[in-house]
Amino acid sequence: MNFSDVFKQSNQLCKVSPDGKYLATCVQYRLVVRDVSTLQILQLYTCLDQVSHMEWSSDSLFILCAMYKRGLVQVWSLEQPDWHCKIDEGSIGLVSSRWSPDGRHILNTTEFHLRITVWSLCTKAVSYIKYPKACQKGIDFSRDGSYMALAERRDCKDYVSVFVCDDWHLLRHFETETQDLAGLEWSPNGCVLAVWDSCLEYKVLLYSLDGRLQSIYSAYEWSLGVKSVTWSPSSQFLAIGSYDEKVRILNHITWTKFTQFDHPSTINSTKAVVYKEVEKRPAAGSEDLSIHNITIGTTLFNTQSKYDICSLPVQIPVVKPDPDRANPKIGVSTLAFSSDSRYLATKNDNMASVVWVWDMQKMSLVAVLQQISAVRCFQWDPRRPRLALCTGNAKLYLWSPPGCVSVPVPSEGGFQVQSLSWHCSGDSLILLGKEQLCFCYMDTDQENK
Amino acid sequence: MPESSLVKDIHGTSAECRTSPLREFYQSSLQLHRSSNMFSCFCTEHNVQECASHISQELLSLGLTPVWTELSCRSELNVTAVINCMYDLIQLHRRSIRTLENLEVEHHKLSSNVAFLQLTSTRQTEQLEVCKRENAGLVEKERQLQLKVKSLQNAVRNEKEEVHKLQSIIASRASQYNHEMKKKEKEFNKLKEHLHQLLVGKKEKKQAIDVLNNIGRADGKRSLWKTEKTEAKHEGEMYRTLLSDYDARQRELEVENAEMRKVLQQMKKDMMSVLSSTKLTVTNDKQADDGVQADSGEEEEVLDSSKESVELHCVHAREKLTNSIRLQWRRLKNHVERLDSQASLAQVDESKTLAVPRETHEEEMNRLKLEIQQCKDFIQTQQQLLQQQLSSPCDEETGSLLSDRYMSQETERLREEWRTLEEQRKIFERERRNFTEAAIRLSHERKAFEEDRATWLKHQFLNSSPFADSKKPQMSKSKSAFLISAETEASGTMDPEELVKCPSDTTSPAHGCFPLTSPSTAITSRTVPYPRKKLEQTEDKDY
Repeated sequence: MNFSDVFKQSNQLCKVSPDGKYLATCVQYRLVVRDVSTLQILQLYTCLDQVSHMEWSSDSLFILCAMYKRGLVQVWSLEQPDWHCKIDEGSIGLVSSRWSPDGRHILNTTEFHLRITVWSLCTKAVSYIKYPKACQKGIDFSRDGSYMALAERRDCKDYVSVFVCDDWHLLRHFETETQDLAGLEWSPNGCVLAVWDSCLEYKVLLYSLDGRLQSIYSAYEWSLGVKSVTWSPSSQFLAIGSYDEKVRILNHITWTKFTQFDHPSTINSTKAVVYKEVEKRPAAGSEDLSIHNITIGTTLFNTQSKYDICSLPVQIPVVKPDPDRANPKIGVSTLAFSSDSRYLATKNDNMASVVWVWDMQKMSLVAVLQQISAVRCFQWDPRRPRLALCTGNAKLYLWSPPGCVSVPVPSEGGFQVQSLSWHCSGDSLILLGKEQLCFCYMDTDQENK
Repeated sequence: MPESSLVKDIHGTSAECRTSPLREFYQSSLQLHRSSNMFSCFCTEHNVQECASHISQELLSLGLTPVWTELSCRSELNVTAVINCMYDLIQLHRRSIRTLENLEVEHHKLSSNVAFLQLTSTRQTEQLEVCKRENAGLVEKERQLQLKVKSLQNAVRNEKEEVHKLQSIIASRASQYNHEMKKKEKEFNKLKEHLHQLLVGKKEKKQAIDVLNNIGRADGKRSLWKTEKTEAKHEGEMYRTLLSDYDARQRELEVENAEMRKVLQQMKKDMMSVLSSTKLTVTNDKQADDGVQADSGEEEEVLDSSKESVELHCVHAREKLTNSIRLQWRRLKNHVERLDSQASLAQVDESKTLAVPRETHEEEMNRLKLEIQQCKDFIQTQQQLLQQQLSSPCDEETGSLLSDRYMSQETERLREEWRTLEEQRKIFERERRNFTEAAIRLSHERKAFEEDRATWLKHQFLNSSPFADSKKPQMSKSKSAFLISAETEASGTMDPEELVKCPSDTTSPAHGCFPLTSPSTAITSRTVPYPRKKLEQTEDKDY
């Protein structure tokens, strides 16, 4: 495994182009485009203000830089560095900005979610969409980019509008049976739309592409409900994580629950392997405490760690959330399926330092990774069943079915990995710190413990 | 108190019996008065004195004045005394009758009291019984009520827990609502501020887009006008997507179904084969049943195989398949159960015969255990030796010996090879040396020959006389030397084997000058006789 040099970035804005060739990072008000393989700077653009959001277009030719405070969006072209485009939303303000799937339209959500403005870069035409809903995930594009689902709220009722992305034609508009729609997501095959209610009511509705209600699923009443929802890449499973610390999996044929994964605080009997991160203390007397070593800081400050396999029963540390606060830190907040739909990784918020990996074929727990500090981010390799996670320290952790490994990120001055994302080829990882980023190139053969 | 004692004494006697002694007394006294025969019986004219003395004694015992005195000789009764006596006796009698009457009255009173008391006592025992029953009933009621109380307490506890849970839910919901309210309020305030700013007349910045030049569409096509046709096209596209998805799903399900059906058929066949094979071993009693079953089984098989190819989607065929599987499975289960019961019976019957195999089994076990123990000991000794070898501090010699132990064979072999190689190398060195010597000699001889030739030519020139014959043999030698080298150069195939043996790596640069000469020393001597003949021939030519 090789690590590149550390580069600067701001706002955790660092994205690889969809074709995997370029890396765009924002440093204050500058946009830097590098080549992925050599990390040489190819282009440098200057925006008018500090960039709040940056996004590649789907054809990897354009980059959108949004500056929410100023209400501006600037679009840069990779092919023609002289080309420029500036969208000024004026006094109506800007809350979010994104590309359409064809890479030629920009959707700006104005302040107070008054409306969504669709700017066309081909014709300079403008269209407006009224009453968008301000919720956790109110807008979603289908994977093939042909349809957009938008959550709307009119007259205290929730609606969903389905638009055709070609010409923004309103295909379907229907009311949903939700109290307060919190989010919607297309299935990867684009035929089913999952809509879920806010956490005050556990309700997941499934609509087909033409707006017919296929099924409603509600596990229980009154207690806080759905926290996170995710589709499996094969569209076979819908995983729902809720505040009662359980994940329920629905199957795509009958839309009924066919299994449920619990996150107990004591693991008693399971065939899963429990990995516990243990710090390897460097032996104090044996190291040469020369000035040279101390200034480099190799052994004293960067503690090594390794994984130990724990024997059952295992006690998992639980942090009880404050009952008086809203959005309590309890329940399954993060779910991720591996690219072959074989594994599901989950994180329960009141056991924040533990990642659970479940096998979907056997429908049982496969591994439990207990870290020293709270897990900040985890993501599956887009090509193979390999999970990378980080906990805010200077290490990168990788899990794959053969085993688990902890890799220290070599850096001077302490690089704390806050988040990570895989390159679309699965050969490299981008590690993002607070103000820095680092590229990590994987070996072609699998890591072994 | 006296009443109770009376009750005790007269316990069980009836009221009538109590009056009978009085009546008897009256009856007896009347009888006395009626029959005056009593006097005649007691006193006659003969025993008057005895009777009188007897009566006076009796009167004395009763405490009355005696009426008869024996002192006086006269046997006359004192009439006054007798009358007084009689008067006293009558008084006494009256008094006793009176007391008797009183006693009778007392008796009657007491008996009535007793009766009364008995009545009251029975009444009270009855009451007591009733009270006891009531008490038991009340105790039972109390117990039931206690149970009810307990269950109600449990229910109350559960309700309280649920109330707590609901309260916590309400609390969390309330906090969530409050949070949302605050968010909304903040947003509302922001909106109000914004509106205020707009109303006040802050310069409103219009929306604008500033593009250098329009860019083409991603797919390169021209955009279409929004018409009904495009709308219909979109609808069509949408339905097509849905339909293709349904198609794909249906195909998958069909494939799955076909596989399942295949598996079921296979299972059925296996089950039937198992059952048919076991039927042969079954006793005669059951043959009748099995015969029937076999027939039906075969029938079914025939039916199913014919239908198999026709259609598998027909509901009837599906049902038939599942039913036949169920039937076969039931049969198999019954068969297995029968076998089990047979086996258990056999075990019970042949408990004695099992003793023998059990013994052998135990022997076998013991033997195996011994073997295991031996192996373990062996492994332990090996381990110990290994440990010793690794951990013991040994001096260099033994250390080297030990380290060489494993590679002794290898080293031996290598040493042998090395030796042979050395020998070969020496041989080659020797040969090379000889060869170089030969080459040097050859060059010397050549030089000598050249000199000779030169002198001979000189002589020829100088002495062109008929005395050349005497010098010929000398010349021939030197000539022969020249010819030798020429011959050897020309032919070069004297000893091909020896040439081949020449090792290429030990060739010296001198070899290059003599590519065709062989390195052996024998050549020079061998080649001598050859060219003489040729020399003679050439000489013949010259002359």
